[in-house]
Amino acid sequence: MKYEKRFSDRKFDELREMDAKVGIIERADGSAMFKIGKTIAIAAVYGPRQLHPAFLRNPQKGILRCNYNMMSFSGSGDRVKPGPSRRSREISMVIENALIPVLDLSDFPNAVIDVFIELIQTDAGTRCAGITAAAMALADSGLTMKDLVSAVSVGKVGDKIVVDLDKEEEDFEGGATDIPIAMTPRTGKITLLQLDGEISKEELDKALKASRDACNKIYELQKKALKEKYGEKNV
Amino acid sequence: MYNELRDYMIALFAKNMRKDGRKLLDYRKPIRVEYDISPKSAEGSARVTIGKTEVIAGVKMEVGEPFPDTPNQGVLIVSAELVPLASPEFESGPPDIQAIELSRVVDRGLRESKAIDLDKLCVKEGEKVWIVFIDIYPINDSGNLFDAASLAAIAALKNAKMPKYDAKEDKIIYGEATNKKIPLNKTPISCTISKIGNYILVDPSYEEERVLDARLTVTSEKGVINAMQKGGINSLSHEDIMKMVDIAIEKSRELEKAL
Repeated sequence: MKYEKRFSDRKFDELREMDAKVGIIERADGSAMFKIGKTIAIAAVYGPRQLHPAFLRNPQKGILRCNYNMMSFSGSGDRVKPGPSRRSREISMVIENALIPVLDLSDFPNAVIDVFIELIQTDAGTRCAGITAAAMALADSGLTMKDLVSAVSVGKVGDKIVVDLDKEEEDFEGGATDIPIAMTPRTGKITLLQLDGEISKEELDKALKASRDACNKIYELQKKALKEKYGEKNV
Repeated sequence: MYNELRDYMIALFAKNMRKDGRKLLDYRKPIRVEYDISPKSAEGSARVTIGKTEVIAGVKMEVGEPFPDTPNQGVLIVSAELVPLASPEFESGPPDIQAIELSRVVDRGLRESKAIDLDKLCVKEGEKVWIVFIDIYPINDSGNLFDAASLAAIAALKNAKMPKYDAKEDKIIYGEATNKKIPLNKTPISCTISKIGNYILVDPSYEEERVLDARLTVTSEKGVINAMQKGGINSLSHEDIMKMVDIAIEKSRELEKAL
């Protein structure tokens, strides 16, 4: 089905309005907020700290543990039941895998770095917003990082390749393909990739290309937010 | 473990001083309420900050069956999730006793003051009533979650707009809010007074909470008390309690101004 004009009047490669802030939670070792359109994610980092239960400890290096959670009132329909679901546990796992490549945890044997992500409001792209916030929170916590991680969802709505789908586009009756992507922006290496929908090889190639540009824009905002807290020199 | 900290604090209290520079009966500043922080998804929402402590509350509404003993009244359900994002001391998992106490104290303040006119939330007697869920999430626990959570809950209720309900289909059309507010009669405010040694203080920091002997949360509305909860492992005298109630009622005006 044809998709002539985006519901939100954006250009097909245009991200929603974004906002980012670093250092929002006093008790955490690192924290950040990332807002893209109506999706609002906050992330907090605790650690390195002692890992419980002990059998998970790795004497070679520390582990990263992520927890993605939607606040009960943050869904678009009925109240979301509190506590973990199959969906939130899978998302937590893929977020871990998206962030691990930029960390070097060999200095922290037996320890854990905990990353907690909470969604205050959702309008699609929540795992990507969570990753983007978590990467800033990890940097804020002072951990050594090889790069940041920036994430965005790209895809196909109707017959068009689009960047940063919102909920209305995900639900497009003419069909939508959603491809959440996270990458290390300096190298363009992809650390998270999922896909739901129907898409040709050529279209996937186009979508991946579009994600690189979009992630670079997010990366610039992440750096800006970190500089706002730490100043130009230290980032 | 906290003995030295406690001794140091008590020495300061003797001079009407606290570690962060406050006097004993000073709240942290600013006390701020921000409304509609999750307008797309929640029927009502608010963020409360008291100093660095931050709590978010959201209201969701559904239509469901009433309790058999109140067939013509809406239902209020308050929950709190102490998400580990907010403090190094919180852990993932089902609500622990701290979360349960927090949500129940907030719940009782709202319920006993009859803040919500539950009779007006009846759709069809004995069959369908509105269920009001209030979900409370600390974002940063720098102390005194009780007062921040209660204030956030009442703020979120004030902010809420009823969603559209299609009675024929028995379906709520989320995203199509009406202009109707949740019927509120009252604005109960919780104020928690702490006792450390012989000293009485308001708005404890998280360090003060570690060393306190007893606390008393007083939820009141226009000087009338609707709910109380004593906490802490040490006792309070009759005089202590009356003094604490006086302070709580006076200080609740300060909190109410932020709404």
